[in-house]
Amino acid sequence: MVDIADKHSDTAAPQEAPERRPLPRWMITCASIVAVLIFWEIVGRQINPVFGSYPAAIAVAFWELLVTGQLWAALFESLQPFLLGYGLAIVIGVPLGLLIGGFRVAEAALGIYVTAGYAMPLVALVPLLILWLGLGFAVKVAVVFLMALFPITINTWLGVTAVPKTLIEVGKSFVAPDLVILRRIVLPATLPYIMAGVRLAVGRAVVAMVIAEFFTTISGLGAVIINSANNFDTAAMFVPIIILMLMAIGLNWLIGWVERKVAPWQAEISGRDRE
Amino acid sequence: MGEVSFVEVSKRFTLRVDNEVHHVQALDRVSFSVRDGEIVALIGPSGCGKTTALRVAMGLDSSTSGRVTVDGREIKGCGHDRGMVFQHAELLPWLSAMQNVMFGLEMKGMRGEPLRVTAEKYLELVGLSGSKNRRPHQLSGGMKQRVGIARALAIDPSVLLMDEPFGALDAQTRESLQAELLDIHARTKKTILFVTHDLDEAVLIADRIVVMKEGRVAEVMTVPLTRPRPDLSIVRGLPEFAGTRYKVWRALHDDEKTVH
Repeated sequence: MVDIADKHSDTAAPQEAPERRPLPRWMITCASIVAVLIFWEIVGRQINPVFGSYPAAIAVAFWELLVTGQLWAALFESLQPFLLGYGLAIVIGVPLGLLIGGFRVAEAALGIYVTAGYAMPLVALVPLLILWLGLGFAVKVAVVFLMALFPITINTWLGVTAVPKTLIEVGKSFVAPDLVILRRIVLPATLPYIMAGVRLAVGRAVVAMVIAEFFTTISGLGAVIINSANNFDTAAMFVPIIILMLMAIGLNWLIGWVERKVAPWQAEISGRDRE
Repeated sequence: MGEVSFVEVSKRFTLRVDNEVHHVQALDRVSFSVRDGEIVALIGPSGCGKTTALRVAMGLDSSTSGRVTVDGREIKGCGHDRGMVFQHAELLPWLSAMQNVMFGLEMKGMRGEPLRVTAEKYLELVGLSGSKNRRPHQLSGGMKQRVGIARALAIDPSVLLMDEPFGALDAQTRESLQAELLDIHARTKKTILFVTHDLDEAVLIADRIVVMKEGRVAEVMTVPLTRPRPDLSIVRGLPEFAGTRYKVWRALHDDEKTVH
């Protein structure tokens, strides 16, 4: 205690007095990652390698999968249905949300399916989807699409209902047709909600992709997980899991970047543009 | 041209408060008119129906009975013959000042070079040429409302409708915008119908004042001040200003009988 008090009185001298800048975000994030990895390494090494693994072993497994080319092939195979299904969910989900939020009739007629669809136990429906679409590429796209569609649609819908009435009246007072109000006022005002939905959908789409690879033709990163698990190679099993999580982080970052490009006023208003 | 007439305009709506249904008579056979080039202030306590009257004139609300005519034509919904200035400016936050002014013009069908030139002309009229590329959140309250005025004026409406346009501004900004509005009026000769709850503002700016109470027109007064009124600080010192201000104040407090 004495020590702390002494240090404090020492450093309270002129040099430290001016502005103390807060630590940059990336530095806090990196410190957090390092701490978690160290903890995992220490605890993981105590566990039987069949039941658990640790960063160093996973790194070795990663390297092995990388040099054999297995990892690239699996990733490439997974990305195709993922990107197509996710892209389709955005292209269809956003207009659908705008439609449901913007028009009373559409809300009454379709809203209930979207709300129900969000809670749909998709895994249970996979066998049915297989009967319809087979075991190949199409069914994987469909599973990703169905999982990602609903958060995007629901968020867009919510966003439309949150648009201030007065902004719509501005459009009306200048005699803007309904579709012009939807495109030039409702859509930009809803963008932050849409982007939040697109972000939420990333996580669900990644999960959907792995589900699809488990339950239809075993392929891609999902296959690496299953095959490693079947061989009790827990370290190798973690490699695709970590890659998927990294992919989700990367996509999230990309979406954030796109958001700042298409809706720069939002970051400016909330004051987050200076970070 | 720009002449507005309210003819026996009534509006009723029902309000549900805790399962009780209330019928509100927002407007009760409101009749008055605004002559071409005139500035008329609608004043009254909150809930007297002044904003509703303005919204009916704009076409944002409909009346239950009666009609509003602009230059003799009965209005049916919104139209380019009327320009609305909203209480809190209501600029589109993703557009620059210039783009906000252009928005109204585009809705009128203007494109290309004339669009840009017209928008710039009206931004200059409100003294904002230097800030045309700023987004609303980079503008002060007074500047925002200037853009709001430019946006409404740019479509060259017959009538400018203003809903407590300076009510949310600080006293100093309000005074400079009042002077500027009079200057703009002197230059454009627009008919202006504006809603306010500020006695001074009504007397300083208007040619006539319509006092509203409980949905009815209580009194219409003529302000005995000449135009132009280039210096409002002088106007404030005139006995006509004080006299009219007192008359309006009395009209607003008429039902509270003074006890001597």
